[in-house]
Amino acid sequence: MTTDYPDMQAETVENFTPQKVTLTVNQKPVELEVLPWVSLLDGLRDYAGLTGTKKGCDHGQCGACTVLCDGERILSCLTLAVMNDGSEITTIEGIAQEGELHPLQKAFIEHDAFQCGYCTPGQICSAIGMLNEGKAKSREEVKELMSGNLCRCGANTNIIDAIMEVKNQLAHE
Amino acid sequence: MNNFNYLRASDVQDAISQSAREADVKYLAGGTNLIDLMKYNLTRADILVDINRISDHREITELPDGGLRLGAFVKNAATAWNHLVEEHYPLLSKAILAGASAQIRNMATNGGNLLQRTRCYYFYDANVPCNKREPGSGCSAITGYQRIMAILGTTEHCIAVFPSDMCVALAALDAVVQVEGPQGMRSIHFADFHRLPGDTPHIDNNLKPGEIITGIDLPAKGFSKNYSYLKLRDRNSYAFALVSVATGLELDGETITDARIALGGVAHKPWRVAAAEDFLKGKTASGENFRQAAEIIVQGAVGYEHNAFKIELAKRAIVRNCMMALHPESQLPGAQPSA
Repeated sequence: MTTDYPDMQAETVENFTPQKVTLTVNQKPVELEVLPWVSLLDGLRDYAGLTGTKKGCDHGQCGACTVLCDGERILSCLTLAVMNDGSEITTIEGIAQEGELHPLQKAFIEHDAFQCGYCTPGQICSAIGMLNEGKAKSREEVKELMSGNLCRCGANTNIIDAIMEVKNQLAHE
Repeated sequence: MNNFNYLRASDVQDAISQSAREADVKYLAGGTNLIDLMKYNLTRADILVDINRISDHREITELPDGGLRLGAFVKNAATAWNHLVEEHYPLLSKAILAGASAQIRNMATNGGNLLQRTRCYYFYDANVPCNKREPGSGCSAITGYQRIMAILGTTEHCIAVFPSDMCVALAALDAVVQVEGPQGMRSIHFADFHRLPGDTPHIDNNLKPGEIITGIDLPAKGFSKNYSYLKLRDRNSYAFALVSVATGLELDGETITDARIALGGVAHKPWRVAAAEDFLKGKTASGENFRQAAEIIVQGAVGYEHNAFKIELAKRAIVRNCMMALHPESQLPGAQPSA
């Protein structure tokens, strides 16, 4: 594959034709032409130029590639772009509204909920999904339902603090 | 990942007819295991038939006999949090929520959960022999590091374990798998769905070529009063089980009238022993009786250098989980030890 950035053109490989995939990404229509084996993660990063979503392990073990698909958090590395034709995707680039950071972004800054920052986009998208699910009541439950996002720096305690603060704000609204 | 073509099936019949092509065709549902295996080049396909757009089998519906049908294409998370499942089959709900991560449970389907492959390190390492990956090449686990490997039902050909949590509960609940294939529809009792390794460890289950799982039926009896799922692992969450236990008890006062105990993480399929469940019927729900049942369940277990600890661990996990089933309200997130 070529590495043209940011709008990588689909190569034509003998006997395989790129397919058109229409997504709504961060409320904007995006059309990709990708070969069948391109993951949603690579589609977003290399074809749509949205590199906020990170490739950590690329095998569903770290959560760095978490995005919201039709409102639910998923791993963009374990799904093909073509499978998601017609879906609404939200990435870290799409959560601030009119220049105002999302409450989770603010809370992550306030609580120093990162060191290297590589897991942060996935952590925040995952936390948005978790809060939408509305299943976690206690801190222990938040930890359990956030266990799919690994922080290897050691900021996990602060990450949970940041999420708990936003969760408590929501509870008081 | 090898280059492949991608097709979408409009319905189950369409998918089945696509599978009859002269090519290596695989069905693609959630993809959380299949795509990963293909990235490692452990699985290949000429054509992936996407079955996610099929409009049938996407619901959880009550059966006329009081049971429940879980559509095969319903996601694991939606199943665990379905109000009928939570109310009547909380054991299943807990087991699903102990597996994988929230993101993966949002993607993975019920049918796909049954079809996930082992996480044996040697299966995943294409540089070493593995009878499951390359029949006849040998088993590297037997002479390797066996911490996560099986203690029950093994052969000299394979000591891998089946990794699902959901299936441990389905085994305990006597689920029935509904499938559709080139020869029509059939039902497979859960105990007969997965296989022991024998001398064909590359065959995980008894599905025939082209067959698709369309649903999983749960009998009316859900053990919703006294149940527990315990999962012991090397980290508290987002890790596969060293040993897991699903227990459902039916009690009359302190007397056990029915019992189900299934183990995960110890064999090539969820492990249930009818003699142990029969032993418990009519007995008092006590630690001593559960210990005797545990001895029966783990009878014949063979440990290797690095996993012999699992034999005693499994027995203690059974006793602990049966005691936990007496107080299901004390269950902790992540199916950790409680009560």
